[in-house]
Order: sequence, then C-alpha cells, then structure tokens
Amino acid sequence: MGTDTLDDVPQAKPDVAEVVLAARHVAKSFGAVQALKGVNFDVHRGQVTTLFGENGAGKSTLMKVLSGVHLPTEGELILDGKPVVITSTVAARELGISIIHQELSLAPNMNVRDNIFMGREIMGSFGVDYAEQERQTRALMRDLEEDIDPLTLVEDLRLGQQQIVEIARALSVNSRILIMDEPTSALSATEVEVLFKVIHDLKARGVSIVYISHHLEEALTITDHAVVLRDGIMTAYGPRAEIDLEWIVRNMVGDNFDLGSPPENVLGAPALQLESLCVAMASGAGNAVDHLDLTVSAGEVVCIYGLMGAGRTEMMECVAGRLAPSSGNILLHGQDVSKLTISQRIAAGLVLVPEDRQRDGLVQTMSVGRNLSLASIGNFTKSLFTNTNDEDAIIDRSIKEVTVKAEGPDAPIGSLSGGNQQKVVIGKMLATKPSVILLDEPSRGIDIGAKGEVFRILADRANNGMAVVYTTSEVTECLAIAHRVIVMRRGRIAAEFTQDITKEAIMAASGESLAA
Amino acid sequence: MSDVRSASLETKPKKAGELNFVHLLLEGRAFFALIVIIAIFSFLSANYFSVPNFLIMTSQVAIFGLLAIGMLLVILSGGIDLSVGSTLALCGVFAGFLMQGIELEALGVILYLPVWAVFILTLCMGALVGILNGVLVAYFKVPAFVATLGTLYVARGVALLMTNGLTFNNLSGDPSFSNTGFEWLGFNRLWGVPISIFVLTAVAVSVHLLLTRTPFGRWLYSTGGNANAAELSGVPVKKVQIWVYVLSGVCAAIAGVVLSSQLTSAGPTAGTTYELTAIAAVVVGGASLMGGRGTVRGTLLGAFVIVFLGAGLVITGVSSYWQTVFTGAVIVLAVMLNSIQYGNKGKSG
Ligand SMILES: Nc1ncnc2c1ncn2[C@@H]1O[C@H](COP(=O)(O)OP(=O)(O)OP(=O)(O)O)[C@@H](O)[C@H]1O
Ligand SMILES: [Mg+2]
Repeated sequence: MGTDTLDDVPQAKPDVAEVVLAARHVAKSFGAVQALKGVNFDVHRGQVTTLFGENGAGKSTLMKVLSGVHLPTEGELILDGKPVVITSTVAARELGISIIHQELSLAPNMNVRDNIFMGREIMGSFGVDYAEQERQTRALMRDLEEDIDPLTLVEDLRLGQQQIVEIARALSVNSRILIMDEPTSALSATEVEVLFKVIHDLKARGVSIVYISHHLEEALTITDHAVVLRDGIMTAYGPRAEIDLEWIVRNMVGDNFDLGSPPENVLGAPALQLESLCVAMASGAGNAVDHLDLTVSAGEVVCIYGLMGAGRTEMMECVAGRLAPSSGNILLHGQDVSKLTISQRIAAGLVLVPEDRQRDGLVQTMSVGRNLSLASIGNFTKSLFTNTNDEDAIIDRSIKEVTVKAEGPDAPIGSLSGGNQQKVVIGKMLATKPSVILLDEPSRGIDIGAKGEVFRILADRANNGMAVVYTTSEVTECLAIAHRVIVMRRGRIAAEFTQDITKEAIMAASGESLAA
Repeated sequence: MSDVRSASLETKPKKAGELNFVHLLLEGRAFFALIVIIAIFSFLSANYFSVPNFLIMTSQVAIFGLLAIGMLLVILSGGIDLSVGSTLALCGVFAGFLMQGIELEALGVILYLPVWAVFILTLCMGALVGILNGVLVAYFKVPAFVATLGTLYVARGVALLMTNGLTFNNLSGDPSFSNTGFEWLGFNRLWGVPISIFVLTAVAVSVHLLLTRTPFGRWLYSTGGNANAAELSGVPVKKVQIWVYVLSGVCAAIAGVVLSSQLTSAGPTAGTTYELTAIAAVVVGGASLMGGRGTVRGTLLGAFVIVFLGAGLVITGVSSYWQTVFTGAVIVLAVMLNSIQYGNKGKSG
C-alpha cells in the first residue's frame, strides 16, 4: 500500500497540476479553543510550501487536518480538484499524504527497521520479509547519510537520530505529499543539509512538500511558497521571489525583534566548576565527555555549541545528576556536588532543562499548573501540607514570566502547542530560583518571538547573578546573549570564543563545513 | 461539497451538548452505577434495601476498600501489586499465630502479647512484604507484575507453612493473659456502625489527604505520569516507588486483621483472588492502569459498586456463574470508559 503512489503523479490531470491539495475555509476548535478560524491553504505540486507562525498559531493543527489526524469542524479539503474527507492517517496515507509529526511518534521499545515499517510490513512468502525491510532501511539511512543500524532499539538513539528515523519512515512511504512539522528541531547543521538535499530530490520527482520550522533562515533556503499563520488565520502569503526574512518576521510577530545581547554585568565568583570530568558512553566504548574542564562564573552566560554526539547532553545530564561521572569533579560554588542526588542538586540551586520535553520534561497526565510547580513543591509546603494559595502564586508568576499561552493553569499539558510546552519546561526549572541553570537546546520548537523572550529572561536572571549554560545547534543563537561560546567536539572543548565571535569560526571549530 | 460543510455545521451544537452530558456521565460513572445498582436490586428484592443487609455489605466493602486504596497508590505510581491477597492471608495468620502465644524455649515461658502489640507487629509484617516488593521494583528493576506475582506465591506459601495448612480458630485470647479483644475490630459497633467502617474511613481520609495535600501526593502522581520528568524535577522516584508498596502492604495487613477478626479465625487461604477484586475496584473508580490518574473517592466508589453488585446478585438468587460474568462485564465496561475518557486527552502535542 502507498508504495506505488508515485506512479499516480504523471496521470494527474494537467488543469489541476498546480495545486495538489487545498484547504478551503478550514476551521478547527478544541472545545472553547479555536485553533483554526477559516484557513485557505494550497500545496503546490513539486514545490515546498513553508508554513511560518508563532507558537500556538495553529500550524500543527492545520497539518493534522491535512493528514487525517483531526477532522475539521468546518471547511473542506480538495485533493486534485475534488473534495475529499480524510478520516484517518491510514486513509491519508492511501491518498498519498504522509506526515512527520512535531512530537516524535516512534515506539521506543522497537528497533529502527520495525518502526519504519510499522503498520505496513512487507510480506514475503513466509510472513514478514525482514531481510527486505532491513535492506530498504539501510538504503534510507544511506540516503540520509546517517550511520544508524536498522536493528538498534529506538530508545537507544539520540533525539536527533530518532528524528532521522521519523523522517526515514515518512520517506519510505513514497507519498506524493509529504508534510514535515519541524523535522529539524533536533538535527545538526550537517544533518539539515542532507535533509535539504533529499528534499530537492523529492521535488525533482514531483513530490509536494509542506514544511514547518522555527529556524527561519534555514527554512527560507528551501521555500518556494511561504504562508504565515497567526492566531488561526492566514495573515500573509508570498512566493519565494517576493519575500525575505524581514517579511516573515514582520508578519509573524508584528514588529522587529532581536535575540538580545550579552548582559553587561560584572561576573562574580565561580559558580560551577567542572574538573576533568569524564562520562562514559552509554554503549560503554570510550568517553562521551572526555576530561572536560569548565568554569562558569555567577552572572555569566555560556553557550555550548557542537554537533550531535559532541557530548553536550551527556555533560549536562552528568552535572545535573542523572548520569554518574566516571571520573572528575563537579563543584557548585566551590562545593563538590558529584555525590548528591538530583533533588539535592536542585535544592542547592543547580537545575537542568532537558532536551527531550516529551520524555524528560513533562508529566503528560498533569495540568499545566502542576507541571510548572513540580520542581518547587518545597517552596509551597508548610509543615506537612502543600499550600494552594502559595502554589497558585508560583504558577501565576511562571505563566507570566515565560508567557505560556494556555487556557489556564488547569488545562491539560497536551493541549498546548509544542512551543508552549517547551516554555512550561523552562518555566518549571526557573521557578526553583536556581543559581546555576543548564539548558539543553532551550529554543527547540519555540518561535522567534518566544526565543527572544526566553533569552531575555535568561539575560535578566544572569544580570541578577544566575549562571547560565545553554546548548544550541543554531549558530545565531550562540551570538545572542552568550558572554562566551564554547565549541565541543567528541567530548572535549575544541575552541573557546569570548569576543569577535563569528559564525564561520564557530562552525569551523565544531567540524562542520560551511558549504551549502 | 457544500453538503459536507452544512452537515458539520448542523451537528456542531448538538455535539457540544452531547459532549457535556457524556462528560458528566464519565466523571461520575461509578457514582451513577452505584445508584443504579442499589435501585435495581432494591426493586428486585425486599431484603436488599435494609439496614442489616447494608451493614453486611459495608463490612465487606471495608476489606476490599482497604485493599483497593493500597492498590490505588501502587497503580498511581505506574505499578501493580498482585500480592495483596496473599499478604492479607499472611498477616491474618501471623496475627493468629501471635495470639496463640509465642513460646520462648530458652526461657521456658510462653509470651502472650496484648492485642495492640499484635496489631502493630502484623502491620510491620505487611510493611515488610511491601518493602520486598518495592525494592525489587525500584532497585532491581523487576517489572511490578512479575515481582508482585512472585510475592503472591511466596507470601501464600509462608502463610501455609506457618499453620501447616490449618486455620487458627481461637483468636479470642484469654482474660488471664489479658490479651482479649481481637474481635473488637470485626464485631463491635459504634453508634450501630461496624468498627471496620471507621477503620476504612480513617485510612481513606488519610490517603486522600496524602494524595491531594502533601508533596508525596505530587511526587506519586508525577512518578506515575512520567518517571523521567519527575526524577529530573527532583522527585525521589525510587523512594516513592518503595513507599507505595509499603503502604499497600500495610493496607493489606489492616484488611487481614479486620477480616480474621470478622471471621474469628485466621486461615492461610483467606483472600485468594482478592487482589483482582481490588484492581477491579480501582479501575472501576476511574484510575488509569498506566499510572498517574485516579482518586481515593473513585476507588471507594469502585469498591462499593463491586461489592454491592455481587451482594445483590447473591440476594436475588442469580447463579454464581452469572455473578462472575456480570462482574467481568462491569470491569471491561469500566476500562472501556477509561480509554474513552483518557484517549483524547493529553496525547496530542
Ligand atoms: N488537542 C488539543 N486540545 C486543545 N487545544 C489544542 C489541542 N491541540 C492544539 N490546541 C490548541 O490549538 C492552538 C494551536 O496549536 P498548534 O499545535 O496548531 O500550534 P503550532 O502553530 O503548531 O505551534 P508550535 O509552533 O508551538 O508548534 C493552541 O492554542 C493549542 O493550545
Ligand atoms: Mg506545532
């Protein structure tokens, strides 16, 4: 099924060749929330239509309508000039529409091959033809230039690699309309380049692509048509020739923005010191973090840049207490914390905002408010009991500080848009009033306005003496508020920049090529 | 094409109304079920709606309610405790054993403990089984189902060994050893209400407060919802896991003492398959077996539903085979409603 849909493309009628799939006056409400308010949206054959918009603008919702996850409350979809009702993702796949979801939808307990062919196993004469599936998986991985064994369990992969698997799964269907909802949020620059090469090939084969990303510059390089959504309404549309970055930003957030600049504060005493820290690889072979020395002062903002697998996540998880160091010391305000538990480190003022919000950041069964207050329970507990008023005050303050767009503190966390969920994870850790905060890819999935806000909050806190360490895979974010940029490569510090930082220098030090 | 749109427009207001009604039914389903059950059986049998029958039924509820509250804690954490039925028997037998007096060979005397000491030691026994379960699950990463299945056998086996398969029939103690009063829990009444109901109420209220008003409650809900995120937010996940099994063991021990006090005997085969009834009560009460969702109120209602249904079927003379079928159907229905309630929430991102 679905595998031969490519053959349909040439047979399509010429008079509707331009627009393959169109949404007409599509509205979608979730209870009282109107996520989409009558949107018209065209997917052009063999071209990339990019959807821009703030967090919660309704981008993912629109894509879920196109791919059969949600039925629209109003409006209709037109495929090849004929109205269609897409009732399920399977129906969508049969019509040649597939989607890469923003939140990964892989089964972590199954291997890469089985995830890719889940639900459409290739049958041989004796049941499932695993050899053929494996061969195709290898071919896909080769296309994506990724060294992932088809038999690895998905839970053993890094977040970025999981995203690659998700992409590979969508590619393997050979659909003629491919929707990519933030496919690159966990990918490194090199991996993004490979993906873009793949997208070019797909376009050449007549595949139509819908692309969503908060990495605006990156997205612009492959865009043919740009659409901006705002509060469930399409506010702007333009072909590539007529638009630029400034146009997008203006239509997205209204006025100009910037990612901020390093706070001009006086740095204090060392807050966090890592002394020749080593962390063993999960596989046991070699060190993910290799004799790393790093000192971060109070009030300092340090950005750590590096490719996937450079050891940034391992370093942060080790400092936060999730992974045990194989050797070395971790000093917080001069005191060794490497023996403390995670909760003791949080109490001491050392917190981590994890990279994978679904797996490590959010408790999906709890409300927005309960998630926000989870890490600071001690602050609103009097003797034995929690105090509702104090808790509400903390929650209110957090919601305002990180500007979470939600129906209220009691809304289920799953009803928030991806970017707003990310803000909840950040707000939760900020609510503990830490003196050292580690953020692993804090801007993952948040819009450009929110990025600016998050960086402004971090810069503010740094001004008041908090030490900030964040990682990013986007060079522009390194240049934003960091006093110092550190480039990690294979578990070591490859370079360190304090002034006159340029994109080129950072990327060269990380081992990336700038070639487009 | 315009058909599609107008149709969807028309159904919209109706749908909203329906949704609210369905929502109300879902939220209060155990409560409605209970009322329906009482109404039907009162209609079918004159004996059902009578004070004596209600008192008998509620003392049964006390046993299952106690087990179910312990089970709720474990299920909230994302685990399951299959050993509660066996723990109940083991603790009952242990209490019976203590009531017979402990022979201290070295001193050549027989020690008769006062009843309150017997109670406390029995609760410790329950806690001990819980610690075993908790450590297996939290530190040795044995899946809860398997760990507690093992304890189910071990505890039952130990109970059988302690009595050689026999039953302690003399639990009343002897005034000359001043260890009388064991029946008090099961037989006495305060203002006409069995003591066991007060015990259940006390446990329910404390666990309710524990869940809704204390940090431990938050820790528990977050551990069951997403243990990774909870741990990174500073929740002592392992401690929480151990504590829930300990509390479940203690609840089972209380239930064991109450049951043997009600029966004035302690047998090693008591409480067989009670763990399933307890799980059923928790599920009927709206808790999610995936962890992270559920309340004491719901669980108590679940226990009432199951006991009142069973008793009603007995009173109206329905064959015991049909009773089994009905109980099963109620459980399946409850789980179905669970998935309707939780299926469309929280999953999307
Ligand atoms: N299942 C749901 N239940 C209730 N509200 C929802 C649900 N899904 C989305 N929403 C709401 O719809 C709005 C649009 O969400 P959507 O996920 O489409 O945003 P988005 O543009 O993809 O944002 P992001 O860039 O953050 O991913 C948000 O206000 C969100 O809270
Ligand atoms: Mg989205």
